[in-house]
Amino acid sequence: MCRLIAMTSSEPLSPILAMRALDVMREGHDGSGVGLFMSDLGGPFEELKGLPILSGICTGEGVKRLDQFMMNLGFMTKHKVSMRTSQKSPPRGTPRRDVYVIRAYEYPQAWEGLDRKETDFRLMMARLQLRQMGEEKEDMIIYSFWPDVIMIKEIGDPLQVAEYLQLDSAELRARVVLAQGRQNTNYAINLYACHPFFIQGIASMTNGENTAFVPIREYLMSRGFPGYMGYQSDSEVFTHIAHYMLNSLGLGIEAYKHIITPLQDGDLPTHPDGGFLTQLKHSCRRLIIDGPNCVIGRLPDNSVFLVQDRKKLRPAVVGGRKGLYAFSSEMCGLEAAIPDRDKTKDFQPMHLDTVIVPSDRSEVRICSQTEPLSLLH
Amino acid sequence: MLTNGTIVPSSLSVRDLQWQVDWDKDKCTLCGRCCAVCPVQAIELGVHRKRTIQIPSLAEIGPATASSNVYQVYHGIRQKTDPAYACTGCGMCNLVCPNGAIMGVRSEEIDKQRFHVNRGGQPRKRGGRRNSPDIHNLGTLDRIKFTRISMLTDPALDAGRHEFELRTLLGRVLPPEENLKLYRENGWIPPVREIYPLLIGSMSFGALSPNMWEGLQMGVAYLNEELGMPVRMCTGEGGCPPRLLRSRFLKYTILQIASGYFGWDEIIHALPHMKEDPCAIEIKYGQGAKPGDGGLLMWSKVNKLIAAIRGVPSGVSLPSPPTHQTQYSIEESVAKMIQSMYMAWGFRVPVYPKISGTSTALAVLNNLTRNAYAGGLAIDGEDGGTGAAYSVSMDHMGHPIASNLRDCYLNLVRLGKQNEVPLFAGGGVGKNGKLAANAAALIMLGASGVQVGKYIMQAAAGCVGSETDRCNVCNIGLCPKGITSQDPRLYRRLDPEKVAERLVDIYLAFDTELKKIVAPLGRSTSLPIGMSDALAIDDKDAAERLDIKYVV
Repeated sequence: MCRLIAMTSSEPLSPILAMRALDVMREGHDGSGVGLFMSDLGGPFEELKGLPILSGICTGEGVKRLDQFMMNLGFMTKHKVSMRTSQKSPPRGTPRRDVYVIRAYEYPQAWEGLDRKETDFRLMMARLQLRQMGEEKEDMIIYSFWPDVIMIKEIGDPLQVAEYLQLDSAELRARVVLAQGRQNTNYAINLYACHPFFIQGIASMTNGENTAFVPIREYLMSRGFPGYMGYQSDSEVFTHIAHYMLNSLGLGIEAYKHIITPLQDGDLPTHPDGGFLTQLKHSCRRLIIDGPNCVIGRLPDNSVFLVQDRKKLRPAVVGGRKGLYAFSSEMCGLEAAIPDRDKTKDFQPMHLDTVIVPSDRSEVRICSQTEPLSLLH
Repeated sequence: MLTNGTIVPSSLSVRDLQWQVDWDKDKCTLCGRCCAVCPVQAIELGVHRKRTIQIPSLAEIGPATASSNVYQVYHGIRQKTDPAYACTGCGMCNLVCPNGAIMGVRSEEIDKQRFHVNRGGQPRKRGGRRNSPDIHNLGTLDRIKFTRISMLTDPALDAGRHEFELRTLLGRVLPPEENLKLYRENGWIPPVREIYPLLIGSMSFGALSPNMWEGLQMGVAYLNEELGMPVRMCTGEGGCPPRLLRSRFLKYTILQIASGYFGWDEIIHALPHMKEDPCAIEIKYGQGAKPGDGGLLMWSKVNKLIAAIRGVPSGVSLPSPPTHQTQYSIEESVAKMIQSMYMAWGFRVPVYPKISGTSTALAVLNNLTRNAYAGGLAIDGEDGGTGAAYSVSMDHMGHPIASNLRDCYLNLVRLGKQNEVPLFAGGGVGKNGKLAANAAALIMLGASGVQVGKYIMQAAAGCVGSETDRCNVCNIGLCPKGITSQDPRLYRRLDPEKVAERLVDIYLAFDTELKKIVAPLGRSTSLPIGMSDALAIDDKDAAERLDIKYVV
């Protein structure tokens, strides 16, 4: 069972805070992978908000191919973060890498005037092409290519990796930080299997296994959307289901739980939106998960959310104060992340709840599945 | 037969028969019940003459000594050797015998009777099953194991205490985008039924006795109304009793229309009086027991009641054509038939075709995916049962269900329509008694639900048919258990209330077993349709064919 920590703050934070929270929850991860997602960036990226940032790991040869590819597309490097790791030896279990890539690009001139949807699609396709190139020659691993998003994944102990990569550098600051320490279960150790997963502005991370993985994967892959691929981890489908719901179905995050863990038939007739939810349950039947899972994610508007499986078989705790909230797998993680909070207001969400902290971090919203859906007007 | 008598080619001895009646003179009370109960009159009263040689002692022998032969007569039974009256091994004689003095015993070698069951140029017809025992070499479904057990990394669920929702959908499910758009715009969304994934497959009123049918209907009603299990039963091709058509219980019934359209006059006339819509309409294009052949109800079973419901004269055989007379293309006539059926109930009732397992199932399915109205596809594999069919059809025609279903499911996955056209599988499910395991295997191979008939007859009514050609006389209306007979003297043996009770037992036990399978796989909130990663088989070729794991 992996450990999760998500922080959302009005002020930019160093990701090292999240890594420290993961460190106190270290019984729950085994160094088989650590993943970090940052958005609503501060530091030097504050000024580059609209520009896509590429995150990944390359060999020396891979960087050359990356540069060539990006130049061919017409992208100009605007800013890059260099992680100087060459002087130090990596922590135990962490391989030595040539380059950790975090680069912001200027859009190609040819893309000017494209609508948002087309730009988004092209960004995703560029990432997928790079991923494919990298898989062919094993010289590139690409996590994300998106405005205002940085991702880092590596094998090793979270805190040691964070120190090794100097994640406390002033260059890396973000208002939304998602981090996962991985407990490898039945899939191979592979950086693409590290959470969080990302697609077109949506990121999510999970703990627990997804027993309905194969039918869900088959369903997503047959949607005809090129981004629904990979699936080195059974948890990647959670990100893609959220993407499918937001983009193809046009529903808000309040509907997410109605798709992955719908209400039982007996509860639907009395629900104010019972008719709609019945249709949703029928047509999205192949996206029903069976847990045990806790899913924490970030949406394109920088709100963060948390849901659990129908039986709430994976833990989560929510706490914080106005302007700074955290979701954590364990109380001690929350304690490490936000020590100065009103602990009496901490809570563990219930099995029907979706917890949402909007991007203004003004409050924690809890939507229960038995409530009316606000998005249907 | 005398030593100098004539023999004809079909003169057989008891030794040549498939079933030999073993009778014990010492135990027999001469009550005659066995002869009375035998459905095929294989045994009759036997008056046996016996000579006893009594040898006087040497001292007694003299000129006046009487003959030493004593002729005696004893009574008992005699087995007929005419193949027309051959014992079917049903065992009813044993059931009624107060002393257990009689029993049919299978011939130890392959019988000679089988070469003489076509006299008069009529090939053998029978009811029942394919007669493929698979006992030593278990059938494919029985050999599938569930190997993805949740252990430590994710908890196995508690089959007894966790909440479960093991329901399935019958009807055309739209892609989510289209479905939600139509919902918002108040457009027509195809009707979809949420039902229990184990359906009672089509067994017609006519093929089954009135008591059997009534028992099943009562059981289904109880399961729905008292136990909250949305179990559905298909009528088969034979219409539906008028009272049921006009009752609220119609909603638990799937009405079947087949190529003979039997009973549909009555159904159409009942339309204005229906209080509820039926669950669905099944258009039968084929049946696993006799693929490419039509339904068959033999004259002996067409009594006045059956004739009235079916709208035919009584006492005539009712062979349905192999295909619907109007069917000349799937694109047009099948589509039209589906739409006509929708129209009859105001587009409120799902309509789906049923075909027999065949290598052309993919073509049918591909077509149905392009037909916006098709509410599913039921496929009946080669092991499907029947009330009457030519033996050759049952034994040799058809496609095994596992690979047929799997091909269809994977094809739907390729098309991205795996949630849209539900597949229902049948044919040999539970034929060796492993109902829940077989059903779960089919569901994880891609079936949305499973249709079962023979298992229900055996478990709910005590059908004695076996996969080794026992009984199998459903076709002649002389079912000794009263399950498939239309003679009140026979079917009154079957108490409908007891059938209903047994049906409820079956479903409750099945439900527990299904949970005992899916809970360890970590599944409970939805039926694990297509969860093929849970499956494995100890046969490399079968594993490759079904795209599941190979284990030894």
